[in-house]
Amino acid sequence: MKALCWYGKYDVRVDEVPDPEILNPGDAIIKITTTAICGSDLHLYDGYIPTMVKGDILGHEFMGEVVEIGNAVTNLKIGDRVVVPFTIACGKCFFCQRGLWSSCDNSNPNSHIAEAIYGFSPSGLFGYSHMLGGYAGGQAEYVRVPFADVGAFKIPDGLPDEKVLFLSDIFPTGYMAAENCNIQRGDTVAVWGCGPVGQFAIKSAYLLGAERVIAIDDNPDRLRMAAEEGKAYTLNFDDVDIFEKLKHMTGGMGPDACIDAVGLEAHGTSIDALYDRTKAALFMATDRPHALRQAIHACRKGGTVSVPGVYGAFLDKFPFGAAFAKGLSFKMGQTHVHKYMQPLLELIEFGQIDPSFVITHRVSLDEAPEAYKTFKAQTDNCIKVVLKPGQRGASSNGNGNARAH
Amino acid sequence: MDTWEVTFEEHGDEETRETEKGRDNESNNGATKGGGANVGKIERIASAIGGGALIGYALKSRSKGGIALGLLGAGLLYRGATGQCEAYRAFGIDTANLATEDAAGVARDVHIEKSITINRSPAELYKFWRDFENLPRFMENLESVTKLDEQRSHWVATGPGGKQIEWDAEIYNEKEGELIAWRSLAGSDITNAGSVHFEPAPDGRGTYLKVTLNYNPPGGKAAALFAKLFGQEPGQLVEHNLKRLKQLIETGEIPTTEGQPSGRVQQNASTGERKQGKLASKTPVRSRAASAGEEFA
Repeated sequence: MKALCWYGKYDVRVDEVPDPEILNPGDAIIKITTTAICGSDLHLYDGYIPTMVKGDILGHEFMGEVVEIGNAVTNLKIGDRVVVPFTIACGKCFFCQRGLWSSCDNSNPNSHIAEAIYGFSPSGLFGYSHMLGGYAGGQAEYVRVPFADVGAFKIPDGLPDEKVLFLSDIFPTGYMAAENCNIQRGDTVAVWGCGPVGQFAIKSAYLLGAERVIAIDDNPDRLRMAAEEGKAYTLNFDDVDIFEKLKHMTGGMGPDACIDAVGLEAHGTSIDALYDRTKAALFMATDRPHALRQAIHACRKGGTVSVPGVYGAFLDKFPFGAAFAKGLSFKMGQTHVHKYMQPLLELIEFGQIDPSFVITHRVSLDEAPEAYKTFKAQTDNCIKVVLKPGQRGASSNGNGNARAH
Repeated sequence: MDTWEVTFEEHGDEETRETEKGRDNESNNGATKGGGANVGKIERIASAIGGGALIGYALKSRSKGGIALGLLGAGLLYRGATGQCEAYRAFGIDTANLATEDAAGVARDVHIEKSITINRSPAELYKFWRDFENLPRFMENLESVTKLDEQRSHWVATGPGGKQIEWDAEIYNEKEGELIAWRSLAGSDITNAGSVHFEPAPDGRGTYLKVTLNYNPPGGKAAALFAKLFGQEPGQLVEHNLKRLKQLIETGEIPTTEGQPSGRVQQNASTGERKQGKLASKTPVRSRAASAGEEFA
């Protein structure tokens, strides 16, 4: 089959690789109909995530059709149409049974690596480094899904792929980020980062009752989407002093909740942002927490900082004093995707949200390396790329009728 | 990593440790009562270096705290030079004579304690473990355990460098649903002993499974220390194997990525069609895991 493989910084290629096979009785093989490139794939593309090995198949947002099941699988049958959560979870351990699916104890065969860095290991993930399991990802024609009884979520016929694909990651991730804000009536929620997760966080915050959402970015296309689709107030950090502006907009109080939908590669123009870039370039720090720092600084006293953005290891100059002095609450972590599949599917079915609004590019799997480049550079208005592995040869790309918006 | 998948009771189970403790105390007393060294060699070197550094720091700083550190440094330096430690003496600790005698038949050079929580009752886990022939299903470097009779079994493991190691073991203490303790018999390739405790975890959270293991590695304690320095920490393997047990029992399988595709295994250009039926007849790689799933379903 064809699969998108990682070969190093800015080096991904479409290779011919063997087809996946059932390796464990709980596995299923899925023929992928639609998959996507996630913002967190760019952390791999940029070489920020350790324990990647040349030839690893990327991709953790995918859906398709069940073509084979292991002998212990009872919930699925051949031909079922499924969306697969990017977190791999067993459904049987202490954590899964408490809804903490992304903390699954049993799905990471390389847990000892994560334990060395984190103390304990989170769940395995598709296509996201060997530290997190080394599982082959879904930017491919086929994928093996372990613990398929809980790890492949059946989708009713009649809903097109593009409406449900993002149940695999970014919609639940944005939704959990907003849910973690514990939104009360009258609340203002500020969202750093208007990539796809930020877009879903904005919509979800309104769905959960926020009075007002303020979106922060410096990409005009993304800010426009946040304003038009998300109905957010938008701030461009190139143009305004974010802290002063947020303070002013909230009557001098600060936002009730702040969402960092940027994560470890935040960029900015302030002194601390330049300092972060220098240190990261010199390998003295692994993460650049500029957006997070600003979120902590801007958040109102007793407010919540919610972090769906991915962080890898160590943060430098983390304003813990501000967090303490203001009595902030922190909520973060990989999304417990399994928990959100059913309720969010219902939101889609009831027409309360159509997640396909984030899609800007539709290309074939062969064109994925080029799409990574475009997505990374944020050129061509690129916000979200979906890949169609079934589609062969060159397809319409970027401009023209391939674009949704 | 090696596979001395064996465990031994060092604490927590007084009755099984009684005789061991007696012996340890006797051999230690000679050193602790007299004025001889009671600090191990490496510890002595570390003490001397640390002590010297503290004195150096104290001389530079000239503050009250500095003087206190200087005194501490002098104490450490003394400890390093003489191998005697008053604090150790007061508490009856002796790290100098830990492994000086090769205690025939007593496994004690390497001691490991690890525990894991498993979402099953102590009774179920006890039953699974008590059938020693189950152990190679999750202990990666254990090739086989063959039951000889109710108490005795024959173990085959892969040691460092792929060398096969064998021994006979007997269960010398057990309490249904709570504890199993075993030890190797005379003529073993490796002297070892182990135990496993099954404690109910609070509030229905399953079982705290606590394993201890002791063994005398070939080459003695120095070899074990050497292995540790170069990253072959036997405790890690025990931890790894306990995780595999948990995975097998809780989910019926041990997660793996072995045999999955990657760009490291290149193929000729495919037709785009998956070879139908190629996998349909294939028995899952870990069919043994499947049977565990049924067992615990």
